[in-house]
Amino acid sequence: MLGDGILKGMAETARNFFGSYVSKERLTTVEYPEKRIAPIEAARVFPLLVYDGTDWEAGLRCVACQICEKECPPKCILIEKSKDKKPDYVGKLQFYPARFDIDISVCMSCQICVEVCPFEAIKMDTQFELATEDRFGGLLLDRHQLAKSNEYYHSIHPTEAAEVDARLAEEKAKVEAKAKAAAEAAAAKAAAAPNPAPQAGGGS
Amino acid sequence: MAVFFDQIFVLLRDWLVGFLPAALRPAAGVVLGVIAIVCVFPGLFALTTVFERKGLGRIQNRFGPNRVGPYGLFQPIADGIKALTKEDIVPFSANAVVHFLAPLVLVVAVFMGFAVLPMGRNMVLVDMDAGLLFFFAMSAATELSVFMAGWSSRNKYSLLGAMRAVAQMISYEVVLLLSSVSVVMIAGSLSLPKIVAAQNQYSNGFPHWYIFTPWGLAGFLMYAIAATAETNRSPFDLPEGESELVAGYHTEYSGFKFALFFLGEYLAMFSISGLGTTLFLGGWSAPFSFLSWVPSWIWFFGKVMLSIFVFIWMRGTLPRLRQDQLMNFAWKFVLPFTLLNLLVTALWRFMGEGWARWVVCTVILAAAYAVMGRLEMRSEHFGRRSYRYAE
Repeated sequence: MLGDGILKGMAETARNFFGSYVSKERLTTVEYPEKRIAPIEAARVFPLLVYDGTDWEAGLRCVACQICEKECPPKCILIEKSKDKKPDYVGKLQFYPARFDIDISVCMSCQICVEVCPFEAIKMDTQFELATEDRFGGLLLDRHQLAKSNEYYHSIHPTEAAEVDARLAEEKAKVEAKAKAAAEAAAAKAAAAPNPAPQAGGGS
Repeated sequence: MAVFFDQIFVLLRDWLVGFLPAALRPAAGVVLGVIAIVCVFPGLFALTTVFERKGLGRIQNRFGPNRVGPYGLFQPIADGIKALTKEDIVPFSANAVVHFLAPLVLVVAVFMGFAVLPMGRNMVLVDMDAGLLFFFAMSAATELSVFMAGWSSRNKYSLLGAMRAVAQMISYEVVLLLSSVSVVMIAGSLSLPKIVAAQNQYSNGFPHWYIFTPWGLAGFLMYAIAATAETNRSPFDLPEGESELVAGYHTEYSGFKFALFFLGEYLAMFSISGLGTTLFLGGWSAPFSFLSWVPSWIWFFGKVMLSIFVFIWMRGTLPRLRQDQLMNFAWKFVLPFTLLNLLVTALWRFMGEGWARWVVCTVILAAAYAVMGRLEMRSEHFGRRSYRYAE
């Protein structure tokens, strides 16, 4: 019969219309500024730089290798390498970024910088309320603004951060074991050799 | 007391007019009526826009606007301020005069239609003998404004939208007229207050509305289809066709001129619902005789708002038709069925009182609906679509 499809459709929309007043399951809207949904672990917005410890400048994991700067598809990262070096988490001397800027008006949140970073230094933040009145300066984040503590990283991506910490601890243990083995070998060598030869500082 | 509330606006008008010298009173009464219409219907329009958005939202399982004022009720004020403060852009190559006149012609023509609508007992601005004819003359003028807008904008989307609109409105205008002719045949008058008076009778507490007769129901359905198409509402909103024509004939309008088009569209909805109410739903008469103490204007506006709700409900339900489906529907189904309904109405008129005419008319109309729906509206299979140049 002509028109019964229309009646069926009207019944369906009427069910939605009245149902949305009755059932909370139908009305899934969360009215954002007043209410929020629980943070989602897999969310990603713009990058952050992770630092260990309490001093953001000393604890930055970034060693200014500039891989992320080269890989960044929209070229939104600008890194200036430092002239001097400072020890990283295993105690090895590394460069550090004298300047690390990300223009989040250009960034497309692709996470490629995170994928390529060999030092677990750059991760994705979940902070999305970044509106500002200054569209140039306000959206150009420098290294101080980008630096976030490892605890913060744990709070936004707990699973991922635990994996990263485990990996870093493993590497550190490996390096320490190697250094210890090298030191023991050197000591054994020194003990075995009658006249000790001058040894270079144990690098790894 | 009931009579007082029923006639409160008439009494108010007479009281206000009483302050003037006798020579000025008729003119002043008309001016007051015009002021009332010009205030009430745009006010209803403002409310309808927010209720439409909220209703569509609920149909789609979301809140509608709820930020401006309590429950978002001040949304139309915000919209109005926005429309007023926007830049009024006239395209460089547009015909400026016609471009300016089009929205005015629309709103004026639509407002004229309200002059003959009886909105309550004794509440009609002009009791014209040929009120129905006047109403259709005025609603036909809206087509002119639509084409003025589309043509003067010098924009292909505007022109396409206007051409669609004119084709559609002229096709369905025929149906609109013919479906109301059956009412005229039974009521024996073109005057809208007389048509309402003919329906304002009760037997066993039930009213003699024309929708409660077989020909009236069929006529009302056809009228409702044609009215939806006349006002360019979904599912017949091809002239606007956001997905293919930007906004149709008002693509090149911004600021308050656009708001006038919007106003004109909703006012046309009100006036055509008001006419449908008057013709088929008994105008201002109460649905049961024991409810006659409720003021008549409440019934009229209640019925109009109910029709508006159905408009919104349909908009939230149905997808847009294609142009050929629209035309096929008008000329192959709605128009023949309306013509048949005219014959059935005549049969009803001449069969006299009794149950025989109920059976005969119902059977004829139901059979015609089933057969015509099956034959005329069957989907045609054209085979695989072939592209001559695109492949």
